[in-house]
Amino acid sequence: MMGLNWRGVAAIYRFEMSRFFRTLLQSFVSPVISTSLYFVVFGAAIGSRIDEVEGVSYGAFIVPGLVMLTVMTQAISNASFGIYFPKFIGTIYELLSAPVNFLEIVLGYVGAAATKSLFIGTVIMVTASLFVDMQVLHPLSMLAFLLLTCVSFALFGFIIGIWAENFEQLQLVPLLIVTPLVFLGGSFYSISMLPPVWQWITMFNPVVYLISGFRWSFYGVADVPIVSSLLAIGLFLGLCLGAVWWIFRSGWRLRP
Amino acid sequence: MPAIVTVDSLEKTYADGFKALSGVSLDIEQGEVLALLGPNGAGKTTLISTICGLVQATGGSVRVDGHDIVTDYRKARALIGLVPQEITLEPFDKVINSVRFSRGLFGKPRDEAHIEKTLRQLSLWDKRNSRIMELSGGMKRRVLIAKALAHEPRILFLDEPTAGVDVELRRGMWETVAGLKNDGVTIILTTHYIEEAEAIADRVGVISKGRILLVEDKDTLMNRMGRKQLRIELHEPVSELPDGLSEHDLELVDGGDALIYTYDTTGARTGITRLLSDLSEAGIVLRDIQTSQSSLEEIFVGLVQEENAA
Repeated sequence: MMGLNWRGVAAIYRFEMSRFFRTLLQSFVSPVISTSLYFVVFGAAIGSRIDEVEGVSYGAFIVPGLVMLTVMTQAISNASFGIYFPKFIGTIYELLSAPVNFLEIVLGYVGAAATKSLFIGTVIMVTASLFVDMQVLHPLSMLAFLLLTCVSFALFGFIIGIWAENFEQLQLVPLLIVTPLVFLGGSFYSISMLPPVWQWITMFNPVVYLISGFRWSFYGVADVPIVSSLLAIGLFLGLCLGAVWWIFRSGWRLRP
Repeated sequence: MPAIVTVDSLEKTYADGFKALSGVSLDIEQGEVLALLGPNGAGKTTLISTICGLVQATGGSVRVDGHDIVTDYRKARALIGLVPQEITLEPFDKVINSVRFSRGLFGKPRDEAHIEKTLRQLSLWDKRNSRIMELSGGMKRRVLIAKALAHEPRILFLDEPTAGVDVELRRGMWETVAGLKNDGVTIILTTHYIEEAEAIADRVGVISKGRILLVEDKDTLMNRMGRKQLRIELHEPVSELPDGLSEHDLELVDGGDALIYTYDTTGARTGITRLLSDLSEAGIVLRDIQTSQSSLEEIFVGLVQEENAA
Protein backbone atom coordinates (compact mmCIF):
# COMPACT_ATOMS: atom_id res chain seq x y z
CA MET A 1 0.00 0.00 0.00
CA MET A 2 3.11 2.19 0.00
CA GLY A 3 2.57 3.10 -3.64
CA LEU A 4 -0.85 4.63 -3.12
CA ASN A 5 -1.31 8.37 -3.43
CA TRP A 6 -2.72 8.75 0.08
CA ARG A 7 -2.62 12.52 -0.09
CA GLY A 8 -4.83 12.33 -3.15
CA VAL A 9 -7.25 10.06 -1.28
CA ALA A 10 -7.27 12.44 1.68
CA ALA A 11 -7.88 15.44 -0.59
CA ILE A 12 -10.95 13.81 -2.17
CA TYR A 13 -12.21 12.57 1.19
CA ARG A 14 -11.84 15.98 2.84
CA PHE A 15 -13.50 17.67 -0.10
CA GLU A 16 -16.48 15.35 0.05
CA MET A 17 -16.79 15.63 3.82
CA SER A 18 -16.67 19.41 3.62
CA ARG A 19 -19.80 19.33 1.46
CA PHE A 20 -21.44 17.20 4.12
CA PHE A 21 -20.61 19.71 6.82
CA ARG A 22 -21.63 22.61 4.63
CA THR A 23 -25.08 21.07 4.29
CA LEU A 24 -25.19 19.66 7.78
CA LEU A 25 -28.80 20.60 8.28
CA GLN A 26 -29.88 18.61 5.25
CA SER A 27 -27.51 15.74 5.91
CA PHE A 28 -28.29 15.40 9.57
CA VAL A 29 -31.66 16.83 10.48
CA SER A 30 -33.71 15.35 7.66
CA PRO A 31 -32.95 11.68 8.41
CA VAL A 32 -33.56 12.34 12.11
CA ILE A 33 -36.94 13.87 11.39
CA SER A 34 -38.00 11.19 8.92
CA THR A 35 -36.95 8.42 11.31
CA SER A 36 -38.83 10.04 14.15
CA LEU A 37 -41.90 10.15 11.88
CA TYR A 38 -41.55 6.44 11.18
CA PHE A 39 -41.48 5.76 14.91
CA VAL A 40 -44.47 7.94 15.59
CA VAL A 41 -46.49 6.31 12.81
CA PHE A 42 -45.30 2.70 12.80
CA GLY A 43 -43.94 2.43 16.30
CA ALA A 44 -46.45 4.30 18.44
CA ALA A 45 -49.66 4.73 16.39
CA ILE A 46 -49.86 1.49 14.41
CA GLY A 47 -47.25 -0.49 16.31
CA SER A 48 -49.22 -0.34 19.56
CA ARG A 49 -51.91 -2.44 17.87
CA ILE A 50 -49.48 -5.01 16.53
CA ASP A 51 -48.37 -7.96 18.57
CA GLU A 52 -44.75 -8.72 19.19
CA VAL A 53 -42.89 -10.04 16.14
CA GLU A 54 -40.82 -13.10 16.97
CA GLY A 55 -40.68 -12.05 20.58
CA VAL A 56 -39.65 -8.47 19.92
CA SER A 57 -41.96 -5.46 20.32
CA TYR A 58 -42.93 -4.03 16.92
CA GLY A 59 -41.32 -0.66 17.61
CA ALA A 60 -38.00 -2.29 18.42
CA PHE A 61 -38.37 -4.80 15.58
CA ILE A 62 -38.37 -2.11 12.91
CA VAL A 63 -35.26 -0.30 14.20
CA PRO A 64 -32.70 -2.39 12.24
CA GLY A 65 -34.80 -2.15 9.08
CA LEU A 66 -35.15 1.60 9.44
CA VAL A 67 -31.43 2.02 9.99
CA MET A 68 -30.71 -0.12 6.93
CA LEU A 69 -33.27 1.77 4.85
CA THR A 70 -31.66 5.11 5.66
CA VAL A 71 -28.08 3.90 5.46
CA MET A 72 -28.62 2.35 2.04
CA THR A 73 -30.41 5.32 0.54
CA GLN A 74 -27.97 7.81 2.08
CA ALA A 75 -24.92 5.85 0.93
CA ILE A 76 -26.29 5.65 -2.59
CA SER A 77 -27.38 9.26 -2.84
CA ASN A 78 -24.19 10.67 -1.33
CA ALA A 79 -21.84 8.61 -3.45
CA SER A 80 -23.81 8.98 -6.66
CA PHE A 81 -24.13 12.73 -6.25
CA GLY A 82 -20.47 12.99 -5.17
CA ILE A 83 -19.17 11.66 -8.48
CA TYR A 84 -22.04 12.83 -10.69
CA PHE A 85 -21.75 16.49 -9.76
CA PRO A 86 -18.11 16.88 -10.93
CA LYS A 87 -19.14 15.16 -14.14
CA PHE A 88 -22.06 17.55 -14.49
CA ILE A 89 -20.14 20.78 -13.85
CA GLY A 90 -16.95 19.56 -15.52
CA THR A 91 -14.57 19.58 -12.55
CA ILE A 92 -13.97 15.87 -13.17
CA TYR A 93 -11.17 16.96 -15.53
CA GLU A 94 -8.98 17.49 -12.52
CA LEU A 95 -9.54 13.98 -11.22
CA LEU A 96 -8.85 12.44 -14.61
CA SER A 97 -5.66 14.41 -15.17
CA ALA A 98 -4.28 13.78 -11.68
CA PRO A 99 -1.86 10.98 -10.79
CA VAL A 100 -4.55 8.96 -8.99
CA ASN A 101 -5.76 5.47 -9.85
CA PHE A 102 -9.25 4.01 -9.58
CA LEU A 103 -8.62 2.62 -6.12
CA GLU A 104 -7.66 6.03 -4.77
CA ILE A 105 -10.66 7.74 -6.35
CA VAL A 106 -12.96 5.05 -4.96
CA LEU A 107 -11.37 5.23 -1.52
CA GLY A 108 -11.91 8.97 -1.44
CA TYR A 109 -15.47 9.16 -2.75
CA VAL A 110 -16.82 5.89 -1.40
CA GLY A 111 -14.99 6.33 1.88
CA ALA A 112 -16.62 9.73 2.39
CA ALA A 113 -20.09 8.53 1.38
CA ALA A 114 -19.74 5.50 3.66
CA THR A 115 -18.62 7.72 6.53
CA LYS A 116 -21.63 9.98 6.08
CA SER A 117 -24.10 7.11 5.96
CA LEU A 118 -22.42 5.47 8.93
CA PHE A 119 -22.77 8.70 10.82
CA ILE A 120 -26.43 9.04 9.88
CA GLY A 121 -27.07 5.37 10.75
CA THR A 122 -25.60 5.98 14.17
CA VAL A 123 -27.73 9.08 14.65
CA ILE A 124 -30.82 7.07 13.79
CA MET A 125 -29.97 4.33 16.25
CA VAL A 126 -29.48 6.93 18.96
CA THR A 127 -32.78 8.61 17.99
CA ALA A 128 -34.51 5.22 18.00
CA SER A 129 -33.22 4.41 21.44
CA LEU A 130 -35.17 7.44 22.67
CA PHE A 131 -38.41 5.92 21.38
CA VAL A 132 -38.05 2.20 22.06
CA ASP A 133 -36.24 -0.27 24.27
CA MET A 134 -33.68 -1.96 22.10
CA GLN A 135 -30.78 -4.26 22.67
CA VAL A 136 -27.76 -5.30 20.68
CA LEU A 137 -26.93 -8.96 21.28
CA HIS A 138 -24.04 -9.14 18.84
CA PRO A 139 -22.38 -5.72 18.66
CA LEU A 140 -19.44 -6.82 16.51
CA SER A 141 -21.69 -8.41 13.93
CA MET A 142 -23.95 -5.35 14.04
CA LEU A 143 -20.97 -3.10 13.33
CA ALA A 144 -19.72 -5.39 10.55
CA PHE A 145 -23.11 -5.43 8.80
CA LEU A 146 -23.47 -1.69 9.16
CA LEU A 147 -20.00 -1.02 7.79
CA LEU A 148 -20.30 -3.48 4.93
CA THR A 149 -23.67 -2.06 3.96
CA CYS A 150 -22.37 1.52 4.06
CA VAL A 151 -19.38 0.64 1.90
CA SER A 152 -21.09 -1.61 -0.63
CA PHE A 153 -24.08 0.69 -1.17
CA ALA A 154 -21.77 3.68 -1.46
CA LEU A 155 -19.91 1.74 -4.14
CA PHE A 156 -23.22 0.98 -5.82
CA GLY A 157 -24.13 4.67 -5.68
CA PHE A 158 -20.73 5.58 -7.11
CA ILE A 159 -21.45 3.32 -10.10
CA ILE A 160 -24.87 4.94 -10.55
CA GLY A 161 -23.24 8.37 -10.45
CA ILE A 162 -20.82 7.41 -13.20
CA TRP A 163 -23.56 5.76 -15.26
CA ALA A 164 -26.06 8.61 -14.93
CA GLU A 165 -26.10 11.12 -17.78
CA ASN A 166 -28.69 13.43 -16.22
CA PHE A 167 -30.34 14.14 -12.90
CA GLU A 168 -33.39 11.97 -13.73
CA GLN A 169 -31.20 8.92 -14.21
CA LEU A 170 -29.45 9.75 -10.97
CA GLN A 171 -32.79 9.43 -9.14
CA LEU A 172 -34.09 6.54 -11.24
CA VAL A 173 -32.26 3.58 -9.73
CA PRO A 174 -32.72 4.59 -6.09
CA LEU A 175 -36.38 5.37 -6.68
CA LEU A 176 -37.43 2.49 -8.89
CA ILE A 177 -35.19 -0.29 -7.65
CA VAL A 178 -33.59 0.37 -4.30
CA THR A 179 -36.53 1.82 -2.38
CA PRO A 180 -38.95 -0.99 -3.39
CA LEU A 181 -36.35 -3.64 -2.63
CA VAL A 182 -35.74 -2.15 0.80
CA PHE A 183 -39.43 -1.75 1.61
CA LEU A 184 -40.14 -5.31 0.43
CA GLY A 185 -36.99 -6.58 2.09
CA GLY A 186 -38.50 -6.98 5.52
CA SER A 187 -37.74 -3.56 6.98
CA PHE A 188 -41.15 -3.41 8.61
CA TYR A 189 -42.14 -7.08 8.83
CA SER A 190 -40.76 -10.54 9.23
CA ILE A 191 -40.64 -12.62 6.06
CA SER A 192 -42.46 -15.39 7.90
CA MET A 193 -45.54 -13.14 8.02
CA LEU A 194 -45.87 -13.36 4.22
CA PRO A 195 -47.88 -15.98 2.27
CA PRO A 196 -45.63 -18.88 1.11
CA VAL A 197 -45.45 -17.73 -2.54
CA TRP A 198 -44.27 -14.27 -1.53
CA GLN A 199 -41.82 -15.77 0.92
CA TRP A 200 -40.28 -17.65 -1.99
CA ILE A 201 -40.20 -14.59 -4.26
CA THR A 202 -38.70 -12.49 -1.48
CA MET A 203 -35.70 -14.80 -1.34
CA PHE A 204 -34.53 -13.20 -4.62
CA ASN A 205 -34.41 -9.81 -2.97
CA PRO A 206 -30.81 -9.28 -1.85
CA VAL A 207 -31.84 -6.67 0.71
CA VAL A 208 -33.70 -9.36 2.70
CA TYR A 209 -30.37 -10.95 3.57
CA LEU A 210 -28.86 -7.72 4.76
CA ILE A 211 -31.79 -6.67 6.94
CA SER A 212 -32.14 -10.16 8.32
CA GLY A 213 -28.47 -10.34 9.27
CA PHE A 214 -28.53 -6.87 10.74
CA ARG A 215 -31.64 -7.62 12.79
CA TRP A 216 -30.09 -10.85 14.03
CA SER A 217 -27.23 -8.78 15.44
CA PHE A 218 -29.77 -6.89 17.56
CA TYR A 219 -32.27 -9.49 18.69
CA GLY A 220 -30.92 -12.86 17.62
CA VAL A 221 -33.88 -13.47 15.30
CA ALA A 222 -33.37 -13.85 11.56
CA ASP A 223 -35.35 -14.69 8.43
CA VAL A 224 -32.40 -16.39 6.77
CA PRO A 225 -29.25 -18.02 8.16
CA ILE A 226 -26.65 -15.48 9.21
CA VAL A 227 -24.04 -17.09 6.93
CA SER A 228 -26.16 -16.47 3.86
CA SER A 229 -26.55 -12.85 4.98
CA LEU A 230 -22.78 -12.47 5.12
CA LEU A 231 -22.39 -14.19 1.77
CA ALA A 232 -24.99 -11.91 0.21
CA ILE A 233 -23.33 -8.69 1.36
CA GLY A 234 -19.90 -10.07 0.43
CA LEU A 235 -21.14 -10.96 -3.04
CA PHE A 236 -22.72 -7.55 -3.55
CA LEU A 237 -19.52 -5.83 -2.43
CA GLY A 238 -17.48 -8.00 -4.79
CA LEU A 239 -19.77 -7.27 -7.74
CA CYS A 240 -19.63 -3.53 -7.14
CA LEU A 241 -15.83 -3.58 -6.79
CA GLY A 242 -15.55 -5.54 -10.01
CA ALA A 243 -17.81 -3.10 -11.82
CA VAL A 244 -15.84 -0.08 -10.61
CA TRP A 245 -12.56 -1.73 -11.59
CA TRP A 246 -13.94 -2.36 -15.08
CA ILE A 247 -15.26 1.20 -15.37
CA PHE A 248 -11.86 2.71 -14.71
CA ARG A 249 -10.06 0.18 -16.85
CA SER A 250 -12.27 0.85 -19.84
CA GLY A 251 -12.83 4.54 -19.20
CA TRP A 252 -16.58 3.95 -19.57
CA ARG A 253 -18.52 7.23 -19.30
CA LEU A 254 -15.38 8.92 -17.93
CA ARG A 255 -12.64 8.93 -20.56
CA PRO A 256 -13.87 8.99 -24.17
CA MET B 1 16.71 22.29 -26.21
CA PRO B 2 15.73 18.73 -25.29
CA ALA B 3 12.10 17.70 -25.78
CA ILE B 4 10.10 17.40 -22.57
CA VAL B 5 6.98 16.09 -24.29
CA THR B 6 7.22 13.77 -27.27
CA VAL B 7 4.03 13.05 -29.17
CA ASP B 8 4.43 10.21 -31.65
CA SER B 9 1.88 9.40 -34.37
CA LEU B 10 -1.00 10.12 -32.03
CA GLU B 11 -4.41 9.01 -33.29
CA LYS B 12 -7.83 9.59 -31.83
CA THR B 13 -11.07 8.37 -33.32
CA TYR B 14 -14.11 8.93 -31.12
CA ALA B 15 -16.79 6.29 -30.63
CA ASP B 16 -19.04 8.04 -33.16
CA GLY B 17 -16.35 7.60 -35.81
CA PHE B 18 -15.10 11.19 -35.77
CA LYS B 19 -11.36 11.26 -36.33
CA ALA B 20 -10.05 14.11 -34.20
CA LEU B 21 -6.32 13.35 -34.47
CA SER B 22 -4.68 11.78 -37.52
CA GLY B 23 -1.11 10.82 -36.71
CA VAL B 24 0.06 13.85 -34.76
CA SER B 25 3.79 13.95 -34.02
CA LEU B 26 5.23 16.81 -32.06
CA ASP B 27 8.21 17.56 -29.85
CA ILE B 28 7.67 20.15 -27.15
CA GLU B 29 10.91 21.66 -25.99
CA GLN B 30 11.72 22.28 -22.38
CA GLY B 31 11.09 25.84 -21.27
CA GLU B 32 9.40 27.04 -24.43
CA VAL B 33 6.03 28.63 -25.01
CA LEU B 34 4.37 26.71 -27.81
CA ALA B 35 1.16 28.05 -29.31
CA LEU B 36 -1.09 25.58 -31.08
CA LEU B 37 -3.06 27.50 -33.59
CA GLY B 38 -6.05 26.17 -35.41
CA PRO B 39 -9.66 26.77 -36.31
CA ASN B 40 -12.48 25.42 -34.15
CA GLY B 41 -12.70 21.64 -34.36
CA ALA B 42 -9.11 21.29 -35.56
CA GLY B 43 -8.21 18.88 -32.75
CA LYS B 44 -6.41 21.27 -30.40
CA THR B 45 -8.41 20.34 -27.33
CA THR B 46 -8.36 16.63 -28.16
CA LEU B 47 -4.57 16.76 -28.44
CA ILE B 48 -4.21 18.47 -25.06
CA SER B 49 -6.83 16.26 -23.44
CA THR B 50 -5.09 13.13 -24.66
CA ILE B 51 -1.70 14.22 -23.33
CA CYS B 52 -3.28 15.11 -19.97
CA GLY B 53 -5.21 11.87 -19.57
CA LEU B 54 -8.79 13.01 -20.21
CA VAL B 55 -9.12 11.18 -23.51
CA GLN B 56 -7.79 7.75 -24.45
CA ALA B 57 -5.71 7.68 -27.62
CA THR B 58 -6.61 5.09 -30.24
CA GLY B 59 -3.08 4.98 -31.60
CA GLY B 60 0.42 6.31 -31.14
CA SER B 61 2.08 7.36 -27.91
CA VAL B 62 3.04 10.30 -25.74
CA ARG B 63 6.03 10.51 -23.43
CA VAL B 64 6.39 13.21 -20.81
CA ASP B 65 9.99 13.59 -19.64
CA GLY B 66 10.48 9.98 -20.71
CA HIS B 67 7.36 8.65 -18.96
CA ASP B 68 4.67 7.04 -21.10
CA ILE B 69 1.31 8.65 -20.36
CA VAL B 70 -0.46 5.28 -20.20
CA THR B 71 1.95 2.83 -18.59
CA ASP B 72 3.69 5.38 -16.38
CA TYR B 73 0.80 7.81 -15.97
CA ARG B 74 1.57 8.76 -12.38
CA LYS B 75 4.99 10.17 -13.16
CA ALA B 76 3.82 11.70 -16.41
CA ARG B 77 0.78 13.44 -14.93
CA ALA B 78 2.66 14.66 -11.86
CA LEU B 79 4.68 16.91 -14.19
CA ILE B 80 1.66 18.41 -15.90
CA GLY B 81 -0.79 21.13 -14.96
CA LEU B 82 -3.93 21.61 -17.03
CA VAL B 83 -6.09 24.70 -17.38
CA PRO B 84 -9.24 23.68 -19.22
CA GLN B 85 -11.06 25.81 -21.73
CA GLU B 86 -14.35 26.00 -19.86
CA ILE B 87 -14.55 27.52 -16.41
CA THR B 88 -15.19 24.40 -14.39
CA LEU B 89 -15.06 25.02 -10.68
CA GLU B 90 -17.05 23.89 -7.68
CA PRO B 91 -19.07 27.08 -7.02
CA PHE B 92 -19.39 26.70 -3.24
CA ASP B 93 -15.73 26.04 -2.58
CA LYS B 94 -13.42 28.71 -1.20
CA VAL B 95 -10.56 29.77 -3.47
CA ILE B 96 -7.80 28.66 -1.14
CA ASN B 97 -9.44 25.32 -0.36
CA SER B 98 -9.88 24.63 -4.04
CA VAL B 99 -6.18 25.25 -4.65
CA ARG B 100 -5.18 23.15 -1.62
CA PHE B 101 -7.38 20.35 -2.94
CA SER B 102 -5.57 20.38 -6.28
CA ARG B 103 -2.20 20.14 -4.57
CA GLY B 104 -3.34 17.24 -2.42
CA LEU B 105 -4.88 15.42 -5.36
CA PHE B 106 -1.47 15.38 -7.01
CA GLY B 107 0.02 13.83 -3.90
CA LYS B 108 2.06 16.82 -2.81
CA PRO B 109 2.50 17.63 0.89
CA ARG B 110 0.86 20.78 2.20
CA ASP B 111 2.85 23.89 1.39
CA GLU B 112 1.06 27.06 2.39
CA ALA B 113 3.99 29.21 1.26
CA HIS B 114 3.70 27.89 -2.28
CA ILE B 115 -0.07 28.34 -2.29
CA GLU B 116 0.31 31.92 -1.08
CA LYS B 117 2.97 32.62 -3.71
CA THR B 118 0.75 31.22 -6.47
CA LEU B 119 -2.32 33.13 -5.33
CA ARG B 120 -0.34 36.37 -5.04
CA GLN B 121 1.20 35.85 -8.47
CA LEU B 122 -2.31 35.62 -9.90
CA SER B 123 -3.67 38.51 -7.81
CA LEU B 124 -6.02 36.19 -5.96
CA TRP B 125 -4.57 36.39 -2.47
CA ASP B 126 -7.13 38.98 -1.32
CA LYS B 127 -9.88 36.71 -2.57
CA ARG B 128 -8.56 33.54 -0.99
CA ASN B 129 -11.48 33.18 1.40
CA SER B 130 -14.15 34.07 -1.14
CA ARG B 131 -16.43 31.43 -2.51
CA ILE B 132 -15.75 30.77 -6.16
CA MET B 133 -19.26 31.72 -7.20
CA GLU B 134 -18.64 35.23 -5.87
CA LEU B 135 -15.75 35.82 -8.29
CA SER B 136 -15.77 37.50 -11.69
CA GLY B 137 -15.12 35.48 -14.84
CA GLY B 138 -11.53 36.68 -15.11
CA MET B 139 -10.81 35.73 -11.50
CA LYS B 140 -12.34 32.30 -11.99
CA ARG B 141 -10.02 31.73 -14.90
CA ARG B 142 -7.09 32.68 -12.70
CA VAL B 143 -8.32 30.26 -10.03
CA LEU B 144 -8.12 27.52 -12.68
CA ILE B 145 -4.52 28.52 -13.34
CA ALA B 146 -3.74 28.60 -9.61
CA LYS B 147 -5.18 25.09 -9.28
CA ALA B 148 -3.08 23.88 -12.20
CA LEU B 149 0.05 25.40 -10.63
CA ALA B 150 -0.68 24.15 -7.12
CA HIS B 151 1.41 21.01 -7.53
CA GLU B 152 4.37 22.85 -9.08
CA PRO B 153 4.15 21.33 -12.55
CA ARG B 154 6.99 21.67 -15.04
CA ILE B 155 4.60 21.72 -17.96
CA LEU B 156 1.46 23.80 -18.15
CA PHE B 157 -1.27 23.29 -20.72
CA LEU B 158 -3.56 26.24 -21.27
CA ASP B 159 -6.55 25.44 -23.44
CA GLU B 160 -7.84 28.67 -24.97
CA PRO B 161 -6.76 30.75 -21.96
CA THR B 162 -8.21 33.97 -23.28
CA ALA B 163 -11.33 32.81 -25.10
CA GLY B 164 -14.05 35.33 -24.36
CA VAL B 165 -11.77 37.45 -22.20
CA ASP B 166 -11.56 41.22 -22.62
CA VAL B 167 -8.44 42.94 -23.91
CA GLU B 168 -7.12 44.03 -20.55
CA LEU B 169 -7.48 40.57 -19.01
CA ARG B 170 -5.89 39.06 -22.08
CA ARG B 171 -2.83 41.22 -21.62
CA GLY B 172 -2.77 40.24 -17.96
CA MET B 173 -2.85 36.60 -19.00
CA TRP B 174 0.06 37.13 -21.36
CA GLU B 175 2.05 38.68 -18.53
CA THR B 176 1.24 35.68 -16.37
CA VAL B 177 2.48 33.34 -19.09
CA ALA B 178 5.67 35.36 -19.46
CA GLY B 179 6.21 35.17 -15.70
CA LEU B 180 5.72 31.40 -15.67
CA LYS B 181 8.13 31.00 -18.54
CA ASN B 182 10.70 32.92 -16.52
CA ASP B 183 10.15 30.44 -13.70
CA GLY B 184 11.13 27.70 -16.15
CA VAL B 185 7.68 26.28 -16.82
CA THR B 186 7.11 24.86 -20.29
CA ILE B 187 3.85 26.23 -21.63
CA ILE B 188 1.62 24.88 -24.34
CA LEU B 189 -1.40 26.94 -25.18
CA THR B 190 -4.09 26.59 -27.76
CA THR B 191 -5.65 29.60 -29.28
CA HIS B 192 -7.41 30.78 -32.32
CA TYR B 193 -6.25 34.32 -31.73
CA ILE B 194 -3.23 34.75 -33.95
CA GLU B 195 -2.41 37.92 -32.07
CA GLU B 196 -1.95 35.84 -28.97
CA ALA B 197 0.47 33.40 -30.57
CA GLU B 198 2.34 36.31 -32.05
CA ALA B 199 2.60 38.05 -28.70
CA ILE B 200 3.74 35.25 -26.43
CA ALA B 201 4.86 32.14 -28.29
CA ASP B 202 8.40 31.03 -29.02
CA ARG B 203 7.16 28.48 -31.51
CA VAL B 204 3.90 28.11 -33.33
CA GLY B 205 2.23 24.89 -34.40
CA VAL B 206 -0.60 25.05 -36.88
CA ILE B 207 -3.17 22.30 -36.58
CA SER B 208 -6.10 21.67 -38.86
CA LYS B 209 -8.36 18.64 -39.29
CA GLY B 210 -6.38 16.62 -36.76
CA ARG B 211 -3.04 17.15 -38.47
CA ILE B 212 -0.09 19.32 -37.57
CA LEU B 213 0.57 21.39 -40.67
CA LEU B 214 3.77 22.87 -39.36
CA VAL B 215 5.67 23.67 -36.19
CA GLU B 216 8.18 26.39 -36.45
CA ASP B 217 10.00 29.08 -34.61
CA LYS B 218 7.66 32.04 -34.64
CA ASP B 219 10.17 34.50 -36.08
CA THR B 220 11.42 32.04 -38.69
CA LEU B 221 7.87 31.31 -39.67
CA MET B 222 7.09 34.92 -40.12
CA ASN B 223 10.29 35.57 -42.01
CA ARG B 224 9.97 32.51 -44.17
CA MET B 225 6.44 33.06 -45.15
CA GLY B 226 6.19 36.71 -44.48
CA ARG B 227 5.52 39.17 -47.22
CA LYS B 228 6.34 42.75 -46.49
CA GLN B 229 4.64 45.83 -47.69
CA LEU B 230 6.17 49.21 -48.28
CA ARG B 231 3.80 52.09 -48.01
CA ILE B 232 4.87 55.20 -49.82
CA GLU B 233 3.07 58.42 -49.00
CA LEU B 234 3.16 60.96 -51.77
CA HIS B 235 3.65 64.66 -51.49
CA GLU B 236 1.16 65.32 -54.29
CA PRO B 237 -1.61 62.84 -55.08
CA VAL B 238 -1.46 61.18 -58.49
CA SER B 239 -4.47 60.03 -60.49
CA GLU B 240 -2.74 57.04 -62.05
CA LEU B 241 0.57 55.23 -61.98
CA PRO B 242 3.16 56.73 -64.31
CA ASP B 243 4.16 54.40 -67.15
CA GLY B 244 7.73 54.00 -65.96
CA LEU B 245 6.51 52.22 -62.80
CA SER B 246 4.29 49.55 -64.33
CA GLU B 247 6.88 46.79 -63.92
CA HIS B 248 6.71 47.14 -60.13
CA ASP B 249 4.02 45.44 -58.06
CA LEU B 250 2.40 48.68 -57.05
CA GLU B 251 -1.06 49.60 -55.96
CA LEU B 252 -2.49 53.08 -55.75
CA VAL B 253 -4.46 53.66 -52.54
CA ASP B 254 -6.12 56.43 -50.54
CA GLY B 255 -7.31 58.26 -53.62
CA GLY B 256 -3.82 58.56 -55.03
CA ASP B 257 -2.23 59.75 -51.78
CA ALA B 258 -0.15 56.63 -51.29
CA LEU B 259 1.39 53.65 -53.03
CA ILE B 260 1.67 50.12 -51.67
CA TYR B 261 4.58 48.02 -52.82
CA THR B 262 4.45 44.31 -51.90
CA TYR B 263 7.66 42.27 -51.87
CA ASP B 264 9.04 39.01 -50.57
CA THR B 265 11.65 39.22 -47.83
CA THR B 266 13.02 35.80 -48.76
CA GLY B 267 13.78 36.81 -52.35
CA ALA B 268 17.34 37.59 -53.47
CA ARG B 269 16.40 41.20 -54.12
CA THR B 270 13.58 43.18 -52.69
CA GLY B 271 13.58 45.62 -55.57
CA ILE B 272 13.24 48.58 -53.24
CA THR B 273 16.29 50.43 -54.51
CA ARG B 274 15.13 50.27 -58.10
CA LEU B 275 11.64 51.24 -57.17
CA LEU B 276 12.85 54.30 -55.33
CA SER B 277 15.07 55.41 -58.19
CA ASP B 278 12.25 54.82 -60.69
CA LEU B 279 9.96 56.88 -58.50
CA SER B 280 12.34 59.83 -58.45
CA GLU B 281 12.86 59.44 -62.20
CA ALA B 282 9.11 59.70 -62.70
CA GLY B 283 9.25 62.93 -60.75
CA ILE B 284 7.24 61.69 -57.79
CA VAL B 285 8.09 63.38 -54.52
CA LEU B 286 7.83 61.24 -51.37
CA ARG B 287 6.47 62.47 -48.07
CA ASP B 288 6.99 59.36 -45.95
CA ILE B 289 7.65 55.65 -46.24
CA GLN B 290 6.88 52.77 -43.87
CA THR B 291 7.09 49.00 -44.01
CA SER B 292 4.79 46.42 -42.45
CA GLN B 293 5.07 42.68 -42.20
CA SER B 294 2.17 40.34 -42.88
CA SER B 295 0.81 38.94 -39.64
CA LEU B 296 0.65 35.36 -38.53
CA GLU B 297 -3.03 35.54 -39.24
CA GLU B 298 -2.46 35.91 -42.96
CA ILE B 299 0.10 33.10 -42.89
CA PHE B 300 -2.28 30.94 -40.95
CA VAL B 301 -5.29 31.56 -43.15
CA GLY B 302 -3.13 30.78 -46.16
CA LEU B 303 -1.99 27.47 -44.67
CA VAL B 304 -5.45 26.35 -43.67
CA GLN B 305 -6.85 27.24 -47.08
CA GLU B 306 -4.11 25.25 -48.75
CA GLU B 307 -4.95 22.30 -46.52
CA ASN B 308 -8.65 22.59 -47.30
CA ALA B 309 -7.96 22.83 -51.02
CA ALA B 310 -5.75 19.73 -50.92
